[in-house]
Amino acid sequence: MSPDDFTASHWYAIGRFADFPEGLSRPLRLLSQDIVAVRQGKDVKVTRADGRPCMVQARYGHVWTTLMDKPRALYDMPEFLEEGRRLVTAGAIGVLCSGLRAVENFLDMAHFPFVHTGILGIEEHPEVEKYDVSMDAERDEIWATKCCFFQPMAAATATGGQITEYKYRVPHPYSTILYKTCPIREGAWDLIGLFIQPTEEDACIAHSFVLVFDESNSDTSLLHFQQNIFLQDRMILENQVPRKLPIDPRWEMPTRADASSIAYRRWLKANGVVWGTAKLAEAA
Amino acid sequence: MKLYDYVLSGNCYKIRLFMAFLDLDYEKVGVDFYPGREHKSDSFLAINPLGQLPVLEDNGVVIRDAQAILVYLANRHDPSGQWWPQADHAQFAQVVQWLAFADSITGTSSAARLHDMLGYDLDIVAARAGAHRLFRILDSHLSQQEFEGHHWIAGPSPTIADIACFPYTALAGDGGIDTFYYPAIQRWIHRLTRLPRYHNMPGINVFA
Ligand SMILES: N[C@@H](CCC(=O)N[C@@H](CS)C(=O)NCC(=O)O)C(=O)O
Ligand SMILES: [Fe+2]
Repeated sequence: MSPDDFTASHWYAIGRFADFPEGLSRPLRLLSQDIVAVRQGKDVKVTRADGRPCMVQARYGHVWTTLMDKPRALYDMPEFLEEGRRLVTAGAIGVLCSGLRAVENFLDMAHFPFVHTGILGIEEHPEVEKYDVSMDAERDEIWATKCCFFQPMAAATATGGQITEYKYRVPHPYSTILYKTCPIREGAWDLIGLFIQPTEEDACIAHSFVLVFDESNSDTSLLHFQQNIFLQDRMILENQVPRKLPIDPRWEMPTRADASSIAYRRWLKANGVVWGTAKLAEAA
Repeated sequence: MKLYDYVLSGNCYKIRLFMAFLDLDYEKVGVDFYPGREHKSDSFLAINPLGQLPVLEDNGVVIRDAQAILVYLANRHDPSGQWWPQADHAQFAQVVQWLAFADSITGTSSAARLHDMLGYDLDIVAARAGAHRLFRILDSHLSQQEFEGHHWIAGPSPTIADIACFPYTALAGDGGIDTFYYPAIQRWIHRLTRLPRYHNMPGINVFA
């Protein structure tokens, strides 16, 4: 199936600049299509299988491309311009599931105590308090705010358990950013984000980053923390059935904790997203 | 003791797990294996010219190769001799044999995982087929052991051979290798994850 218009109209991260060594052509997949990326001096050039060039831009520590001639603008993340933040990019991790599933899992705090036991949650504190979900109509994006959760080790800098406040932003069907109370700077938020490269309807590559105020951890320890968490998610994601995201509301029983997941599925549906989603008939 | 460590490495996990079993203190030096390829940098090649993890440093001794490190730790820190039994010549040889086997599991199952998870460019069909061949051998060995009343690879109690074979067998699913067909392996994984002081690594299903 070829991607619906909304899915096709976006920019997608395909790697970090350093992942494209000079002169080496790298065959990649994006939205079930073959593309080739090659570094030429200061640029990465991307071409389709038929040789037509794709537009490319470098942003947020990654190289982005699109299969459209007139794509939507890539969303803004003003935090990338703030002084004093550190960016750690965690590389590209392949996951056998729809990228939409990966975004939805990222939004769901209910899995913390069971999947990230002892780090992002503990089994004795499984409850997800009510939080707010809103649509930013002007920018066409979803925000979940006032999400509070008890965490034994909220970040690489954390020294003990604390109630952590989160915000989640979904500005793109395959991107999500979480804003987390910064343990060392009053009033500031640390960012952790996923830029998904959907390779097939039911397979994706997750590029991720951490953008934090942190003076005590090395880049490598931030990286290990992040990759450890993501690999815990990967195992869960690869075991979900079906691999595509069901967006029919009759399908999975929503609970209050799933408010952001419901909003995400509705938003995809309202935007006509079909590619990467499962039909009810596929459930059996 | 200082362990050069990468959080997603099954070979490093062998050492972290054994350190936990022996209740030893050590310092971890994190290496940016992926995406940074720090293990191939000049400064790391000076520590291990093979450019591989793990490496252990202890009192000026530098040891590479997970199996060699397990042997070292067992000899130095396990007075009970349980993990590296030497009294019985045949059992001693069994342990060494399965330590070598463990490195072949790395060469196949770990390769498949690097392909699926981190996008390494390698022959995935050959890697998976190689892993299945080894798992068939391990599975029939383990079921033979069970038949003789033994729950572990080289005898009645766990040895470093179990630790060496464990990570990339238990992580096989990460590389698209289904170990569903190996019931004795499944039971062995289950037993290993129930040992006192066991701690998990992402990708290993402790509920299985
Ligand atoms: N025989 C070695 C193999 C170690 C190994 O393959 N380590 C991986 C990480 S898990 C590695 O460093 N690979 C890089 C390479 O082989 O170039 C051992 O058992 O320690
Ligand atoms: Fe998670």
